[in-house]
Amino acid sequence: MMHAPQTATTGSAIRIEGVDKWFASFHALKAVDLDVAAGERIVVCGPSGSGKSTLIRCINRLESHQQGRIVVNGVELNESLKNIDAVRRDVGMVFQHFNLFPHLTVLENCALPQILSRVTPRRDAEEKAMTLLERVRIPEQAQKYPGQLSGGQQQRVAIARALCMNPRVMLFDEPTSALDPEMVKEVLEVMVSLAEEGMTMIVVTHEMGFAKEAADRVVFMDQGRVVEIAEPRVFFDSPKHERTRHFLNQIIH
Amino acid sequence: MAVYAHSSPTAAEMMPPPVRRTPLREVFFGDLFSACLSVAAIGLLWSLLPALNWATLDAVWVTDDPGECRAGGACWAFIADKLRFILFGIYPPEEQWRPLLVIGLILGMTLISLPPKAWSTKLLAGWIAAIAAMLALMWGGFAGMSFVPTGKWGGLPVTLLLALLSLSLAFPLAVVLALGRRSNRVVPRLLSVLSIEIVRGLPLVGLLFVASIMLPLLLPQSWTIDKLGRTLAALTIFAAAYLAEVIRGGLQGVPQGQGEAAEALGIPRWKIVWHIILPQAIQKVIPPLTNTAIVMVKNTSLVLIVGVFDMLSAGRSAATDPEWPAPFAESYIFVGAIYFLICFGISLYSRWLEEGIHSREYK
Repeated sequence: MMHAPQTATTGSAIRIEGVDKWFASFHALKAVDLDVAAGERIVVCGPSGSGKSTLIRCINRLESHQQGRIVVNGVELNESLKNIDAVRRDVGMVFQHFNLFPHLTVLENCALPQILSRVTPRRDAEEKAMTLLERVRIPEQAQKYPGQLSGGQQQRVAIARALCMNPRVMLFDEPTSALDPEMVKEVLEVMVSLAEEGMTMIVVTHEMGFAKEAADRVVFMDQGRVVEIAEPRVFFDSPKHERTRHFLNQIIH
Repeated sequence: MAVYAHSSPTAAEMMPPPVRRTPLREVFFGDLFSACLSVAAIGLLWSLLPALNWATLDAVWVTDDPGECRAGGACWAFIADKLRFILFGIYPPEEQWRPLLVIGLILGMTLISLPPKAWSTKLLAGWIAAIAAMLALMWGGFAGMSFVPTGKWGGLPVTLLLALLSLSLAFPLAVVLALGRRSNRVVPRLLSVLSIEIVRGLPLVGLLFVASIMLPLLLPQSWTIDKLGRTLAALTIFAAAYLAEVIRGGLQGVPQGQGEAAEALGIPRWKIVWHIILPQAIQKVIPPLTNTAIVMVKNTSLVLIVGVFDMLSAGRSAATDPEWPAPFAESYIFVGAIYFLICFGISLYSRWLEEGIHSREYK
């Protein structure tokens, strides 16, 4: 295993130590270590089935790990529901298939979670929702339903919805994989601007352009292991591992 | 590209799609299959002509003398004479403004509850208050209204109240059963499966007998639960078992990502179920929910077996009046028409609801 240049040893936003995870008998994560500093942007890539989605889903406990430790902003993820709530309060997530609530308007999608999980007054929640919809540049769609929007627009709403909760960390699970090619750019632009503002981000993606432009470090995973962690320049120009080279050859023609 | 998109369309681009009108003859006799169906339908209508004659031309519409009703023609004058009895049963005649007011309350409340925009906790509270008022009106015994025991209630208000109360009490029960059946924990799942399967496996008539005859024998003597109440309980349990399975179908149709997204946003679990999962699940199963509601409205007529005096019982017993020449057909047709109006109304309403949902999910 390769040890990456550690940006921070203290004050890390996310610390993952020796994490193992099984789905029934399938060993999905194998002794994974990863330390993410506050404000750091990490891109996770790897072939399908390598465990990259599982890894970030463990960070907000959508999946539970069975061995090792995951500590997010100083709170350890274990069986304690209080801890899980505390972590989810600080961690926002964007999904491959957007997962907007189809029975609610765009505005309600952004406002209702604030009302339900933080007991925010409706007026404040809607005001905040509008501010963030403006930020992802679709305030004019606020009264529409998700089904009436394009994929790119839906994903931008999903980002706004997550940002409404004031997260300190954002997780992106293949945010552009389900999009038509012409819509990838508008979503990446929002993500880049978020990165520029110093948001701590972990992004599972195959968009190597985004990795080069916005990532501090790139993590390559294969068969449940972290194979290589490096700064983008090093990662793309001189990958150390054979499997990394093979993967990069396949996705960059 | 952009210039092209903004340029004004030419005349050819503005052309509406071509409409082909099919001549009527082709619609009904265009191919062998439609021709056969059309001939069969005409034959059926022809065979119904005598019945139509019976119901209209040969019918006696207005008379005070039952003797004028004769064989071969419908006796609608009977319905006019017995209208109050069919609608209100043996409820004291001078007090029948009370059940009439109850029907009016039900209609009024239903009308204001139709648009989904009106659904709120306020409306729910309104319904609870309205139902309490309806029961108080039916019972009386205060403010100068004489007390009327449930044994004397009858006709349309009983049918409507049984349908309304059994469905609205069954619905929350059904939600709990459906959630229980999908739970990861063994005990809730087992309890839900058992109750659903046992109740679904019994005929409603059997349940009604158990509720009206066996329950009083099993319970201690001091517990006297009203017969109408016991009947309502049986109908509620029956409806809950069927509704639970319909709702479970809807829950299965909600993608897993919905719950995950809500969890990731930190929404507490029961609020996820109530605000995110259930509304979507119910929207997906409006047609089978409607179906169950319609079946339950008609199932209330089975209570006549245990001696509850609903509208069908009232119609039946009205026709046994020896003064009139046993006009059972007329009575049943009239009662049937009222059932049809209620059920068709529910059906139209559900179609309207579905259109509303489709219009915002269009892609």
